[in-house]
Amino acid sequence: MNQAIRSSWVAAIAMFALIFGAISFVQVVGADDLKDNPLNQRAILQNYCNDRGAIIVGGDPVAESVEGTSEVCQFQRTYAQPALYAGITGYFSKNYGATGLEVSMNDQLAGSSDQQFFDRIGQLFLGNQPKGASVELTIDPAVQKLAYDLIPDGQRGSIVVTNPKSGAILAMASKPSYDPNLVATQDPAAETTNINELVKVPGINLNQNVSGPTGGLLAPGSVFKLVDTAAALSSGKYNKDSVLPNPAQMPFPGIQYTLPNYAGGNCYTQDTASFAFALQQSCNTPFASIAIDLGRDAIAEQAAKFGFGEELGDRLKLAYARGSGFPDDLDGPGLAQSAIGQKDVRATPLQIALMTAAIANNGVQMSPSLIKTVRSPDLRVIDEPQPKALRTSTTPEIARQITEWMTSAVSQGIARGAAVPGVQVAGKTGTAELGNGLNNSWFTGFAPANNPEVSVTIVMEGVDITTGAKLTSPNAKKIFEAVLNK
Amino acid sequence: MSQLSTIPKPRRNVELLLLVLALSVGIGANMLVGVDQEKAFDSDFWFQSSLLAVAALVFHVVLRIRAKYADPVILPLVVALNGLGLAMIHRLDAPGEDTGNNQLRWTLIAMAVAIAVIWFLKDHRVLRRFTYISLAVSSLLLILPLVPGISAGEILGARVWVRVGPMTFQPGEIAKITLAIFFAGYLSSNRDLILLAGRKIGPLQFPRFKDMGPMITAWLVSIGVLIFQRDLGSSVLFFGLFIVMIYVATSRVSWVVIGVALILGGGFVAAQVFSHVEVRIYGWLNAFSPDVYETGSRQVIEGLFGMANGGLVGTGLGQGRPDLVPFANSDMIIASIGEELGLIGLFAVVLMYVLLFTRGFRAALGTRDAFGKLLACGLSFAIALQCFVVIGGVTRLIPLTGLTTPFLAAGGSSLLANWIIVGLLLLISHTARGPVDTTPLPPGGAAEPAGIDTPTEAVKQA
Repeated sequence: MNQAIRSSWVAAIAMFALIFGAISFVQVVGADDLKDNPLNQRAILQNYCNDRGAIIVGGDPVAESVEGTSEVCQFQRTYAQPALYAGITGYFSKNYGATGLEVSMNDQLAGSSDQQFFDRIGQLFLGNQPKGASVELTIDPAVQKLAYDLIPDGQRGSIVVTNPKSGAILAMASKPSYDPNLVATQDPAAETTNINELVKVPGINLNQNVSGPTGGLLAPGSVFKLVDTAAALSSGKYNKDSVLPNPAQMPFPGIQYTLPNYAGGNCYTQDTASFAFALQQSCNTPFASIAIDLGRDAIAEQAAKFGFGEELGDRLKLAYARGSGFPDDLDGPGLAQSAIGQKDVRATPLQIALMTAAIANNGVQMSPSLIKTVRSPDLRVIDEPQPKALRTSTTPEIARQITEWMTSAVSQGIARGAAVPGVQVAGKTGTAELGNGLNNSWFTGFAPANNPEVSVTIVMEGVDITTGAKLTSPNAKKIFEAVLNK
Repeated sequence: MSQLSTIPKPRRNVELLLLVLALSVGIGANMLVGVDQEKAFDSDFWFQSSLLAVAALVFHVVLRIRAKYADPVILPLVVALNGLGLAMIHRLDAPGEDTGNNQLRWTLIAMAVAIAVIWFLKDHRVLRRFTYISLAVSSLLLILPLVPGISAGEILGARVWVRVGPMTFQPGEIAKITLAIFFAGYLSSNRDLILLAGRKIGPLQFPRFKDMGPMITAWLVSIGVLIFQRDLGSSVLFFGLFIVMIYVATSRVSWVVIGVALILGGGFVAAQVFSHVEVRIYGWLNAFSPDVYETGSRQVIEGLFGMANGGLVGTGLGQGRPDLVPFANSDMIIASIGEELGLIGLFAVVLMYVLLFTRGFRAALGTRDAFGKLLACGLSFAIALQCFVVIGGVTRLIPLTGLTTPFLAAGGSSLLANWIIVGLLLLISHTARGPVDTTPLPPGGAAEPAGIDTPTEAVKQA
């Protein structure tokens, strides 16, 4: 019996040896990895109570630290127009850390960035409260408000408005939104209750990389045909006068499945189509046949050049999803379906906006940017990011050709709703079927076509055909008018 | 065994000295916590410190009177751990919260109960009379949380709580003790029978099927706890307790093999059938993926971040942010200590546990009756296993379960149960280290007189 007791003791000691090993691993060996983990917000929360800098849009703070009455901290983070900007600012919470710009611009907002080194020394000597820098955004408050209001309450959708020449984001709105003040409260019980309520709402953009303009991964539908077009023109096998096959049903050898054109549309009227007609009417089979002809790799290469599955550049200070590249291992029908933006192709609204901006900007994709200036507390500019090219998506000639066809899609084709009197608008619509009778309805385009100042990308999720048509192109028109007529 | 040949020494003065040291750990920690909040020596501090010190000294005096040969290291170790836990819980109290004083109340109650156990029980062998009553009590305690009316419902995914008036209580903590008593009693009476019968397969001698009764009972209890109370930690703890006691009773590795096979089989089936087990295991393996972090692994990941933040020497008491970890003062108190006291401080705490259960095993070796050996061994191993499951869970060595860290974590039921265990271990160590007690037990017991076990041992080893 005593021998068994000794053996049990050895077993217990062995368990504790594992414990000692595990503790050493966590606290010493693996500690640096844990500190660098993106989920680790301790560095941010170290300065939780400080006077953080404001996030400013059009001269007014949308997030700022104000002196509060709480006994936890002297300063309380508050959000003006919370729902309108929640998807951009994110929240700053005592127990749940931060999201959005609150985390990505934390160094500046908290005053701990390299540029603020001498300010910190000054604060040290003068005994002043440390104070962070304020961050001014490229967002245009009027356009942001308009875009947000154009998404009906209860509708899931995103709108991205950019300047294609600079990459500046003028508006980035999505619904459903939430009130970051609920999470920033310093009452721990209320904070927990609120966040538990918020995470239950589907589609809320609490972390920018899972939903909304930067994180919502959606089937792009027909807007992906712009990729096919660019791939076709740059292959040399096609030119602007090419005649494309346009059967009502596209068969595949050996199987039952056929890929159809949209029944009842103009595409049904003719068996062949010019490029212009195919894009204007958004016929499916011409683009499917281009994809089959060029092969998967050519489409994938062009998609990557437009940024599908690629980095969006480091000047967009938000967490974002890169989306899928063009899928691997496609059979014939799979390739055909992917070419019209269905099956497994996924993109975020921001990615589609960047693709369109590249076409608008003569084939050069600018790095998207939200930050206009960073100013120290004495209003000195300490950082002002300049426009930067991200990648070359296509040649200027091809970009101009696609622009011409997109213009005809608005002037004579199915994107007519986006037409603005007196301005040439280029646009492309998309309707990605979700398989339950509902669609993701897209519009992406820019204006004026010959000298683009603004690009608009709209997606409404889970809508029927008529609602989708009502909420995309006509809304784009309102945004074009608002930006251009200022 | 060598200690039998030496003259027994009470060593109570050593205990007193160590106790002063232990109190200085707990009270010193509490003072440091206060220093940071500029209230180092307020009336609260003096009140709490003197209560803890008086309670520890009373306990010491009771040992002098009733169990003067008890192990002198056990009480100081437990007082140090309990004191450190109090300081940490006090430190984690947000303004307006009063978990610290509540924990102090429970500490005093638990110490009083442990004193009562030592005072009135006098000899642990009396418990052997309650073998089957213990089984009944255990069943009752385990079923209570499922009874509508007194059940506190599902708290944090597990149904292990009962509500009595304004308080909630976890009967499973006490069931740990009563189950240990039942198994010690049953196995000490029936071990010869279980030992002699059986079939040999290869190098292992397997028991007869009908002798597997207790094993099957243990398995059913563990799986029942897992299924109905959704408490993976207690389930593992109960079953580990049973296996060790059966192994110690029979010295047969085959029992361990069967036991581990049963628990692995049961666990595998449970993982397939019950989503909560699968969710836990998935969450453990993929803890760092952002989705899992949002839905379940946040607690353990934040704990790891805190411990990494503490590093080798820690941030210092009151200087870290252990409050960022959910349940920082109960399930995750090990992470809080790791953050503020560092690897060095946490190692010291874990070493105290090692010393504690080692003294328990020492008492098991020293005591002369099979029942006492089994009980001491079972209870000591339970402490060790519970620490392993908790600390292993916090450090992500194994999936995190809802067990409490003995003596450190906030929670009355756990404190009470563990102090009772300490009382029992002290009593057993008293008989182990004291002069051989030749007086028979008071009449009415089925207990074997001391000494009968020794020949059995000799025969077996021959």
